[in-house]
Amino acid sequence: MKVVVCVKQVAALGDEVEFTDDERDVDPDFLDYALNEWDTYATEEALRLTEASGGEVVVVSVGPEDVEDCMRRCLAMGADRGIRVESDEKLDPIQVARALVEVVQGESPDLVFTGVQSADAVQAATGTALAELLDLPRVAVVTKIELGDGKATVSRELEGGLVDIVEVDTPALLTIQTGINEPRYATLRAIKQAEEKEIDVRQPGDLGEPAYRVRKMFVPPKGEGAEMLNGSAADVAQRIKEIVEDKKT
Amino acid sequence: MSVLVVAEHLRGEVRPVTLELVTAAKELGGPVAVAVIAKEPGSIADSVNVEGVDEILAVAVDQEEFENDVYEQALEQLLWERDVDVLLLGFTVNSMGYGPALAAKLGLGFASDVFALNGEGGSVVATRAFYGSKVQAEVEFPGHDRVLLLLRPTAWPPAEGSGSASTTDVSVSISGSRARHEEFVDVATGDVDITTADFLLSIGRGIGDKENVPQFEELAGKMGATLSVSRPLVDQGWMPSSRQVGQSGKTVKPKVYLALGISGAVQHLAGMKTSGTIIAVNSDPEAAIFNVAHYGAVADLFEVAEELEKLY
Repeated sequence: MKVVVCVKQVAALGDEVEFTDDERDVDPDFLDYALNEWDTYATEEALRLTEASGGEVVVVSVGPEDVEDCMRRCLAMGADRGIRVESDEKLDPIQVARALVEVVQGESPDLVFTGVQSADAVQAATGTALAELLDLPRVAVVTKIELGDGKATVSRELEGGLVDIVEVDTPALLTIQTGINEPRYATLRAIKQAEEKEIDVRQPGDLGEPAYRVRKMFVPPKGEGAEMLNGSAADVAQRIKEIVEDKKT
Repeated sequence: MSVLVVAEHLRGEVRPVTLELVTAAKELGGPVAVAVIAKEPGSIADSVNVEGVDEILAVAVDQEEFENDVYEQALEQLLWERDVDVLLLGFTVNSMGYGPALAAKLGLGFASDVFALNGEGGSVVATRAFYGSKVQAEVEFPGHDRVLLLLRPTAWPPAEGSGSASTTDVSVSISGSRARHEEFVDVATGDVDITTADFLLSIGRGIGDKENVPQFEELAGKMGATLSVSRPLVDQGWMPSSRQVGQSGKTVKPKVYLALGISGAVQHLAGMKTSGTIIAVNSDPEAAIFNVAHYGAVADLFEVAEELEKLY
């Protein structure tokens, strides 16, 4: 069986931020990059399924050459090969889905995984949009997968600690939630070997109109804020005790 | 502008986010219609007939519970027939299953986890966060006549008051559902009900290691608190999900919520921000939890915990 895992390199801001001159985005100098946390779980789940029954895991991503760093992390975990769709543009999640559709289709996978959402944009949209464009059945926010014949039984994590057991026809696209497994760490040897694995580069097709455009980006206005407890740890503890005693009854 | 809200319901009851969406829809001016897609839309339609709703679209389907193909097909047909400028869904697990798909299929303007809206001047501007909520942005939708937005739960107050909406039965044809609901399982039942505790001591990623959990269990015991946790501790398998506070866990409202090492992800804040008194200890002065806390301390949580141990 073949599983395609779509992964994203996410950007994180430190304590300081400056914006680009047009104020539509953060100055890239203030960003650090990493593999999206959800995608490590998606990759791990794909590896477990193919290790159990034999098969191939293909990692795909959209972005400039830099994103190959996070793809290599998936390859070091055990994915077999990668495909990167070249793009220097800032894309919305539906455009990312459009960029991915041809590559994923070309692989004719049995399953397609994405993370539920990305840590930087939190749109929770690329996976479901991609399923639509691929005309695949899909389930969002999956915490358990049991494969059957031409279908799978999956757990869909709802709000409030409730799980919806869903029977989904396969091939299907599933968006994978954190906690579904325990992602493995790559050994140094695996990291070295991953350098040798193939990452194919493709050009995207028509990405269509953006789903939205940022008008202005800004630092959130500070609310009233908390009353800060200062002093030593002992002082803070003393104040916490007083507040707790005062408020808990 | 004409707004269509999609009602969310579970086991025959409307979910609170639906009434929050109505409040947001009213802010955009209206008219406001609410689509109820259900096997028996009647009783759900009654509970969304609140002030500000002009019309309820009762869409009868075969499926009792949510299935994403059913919702997508039903809404696509509604959008063909109806004049809708803005389609509002909750930023919920159900909506994640079909909202972005519908937007991709029909080429709609789209944004999710939206927590503020402005409809002045005839076009929608939505506010959402980027880069781990460290910054926010106003986004607009040029070139799109129709916009589909997923709104953050608890960002708007629920609409109240009895309404006088007319109900229109709408028939749709559903050509199969490829992901079918089988049953619900409540996974968050456990030894302790954190939703009834007056005092929660809540720990997060900041505790660093599973081996540190017992120390906080002990501290909670000494302080007379119930121990609760944020999601990462459940993901790691350190604590059962019955202890989890947040959107995917429990919504809590204790008299005192003491958060140690919880940075305050949006989903966590949604589950505890209405607590009586919130005290947060975190080493990161920029942690989002300080925005909802009444009292905060930028400190090493282990040092504070150690000092608390001595006091009890």
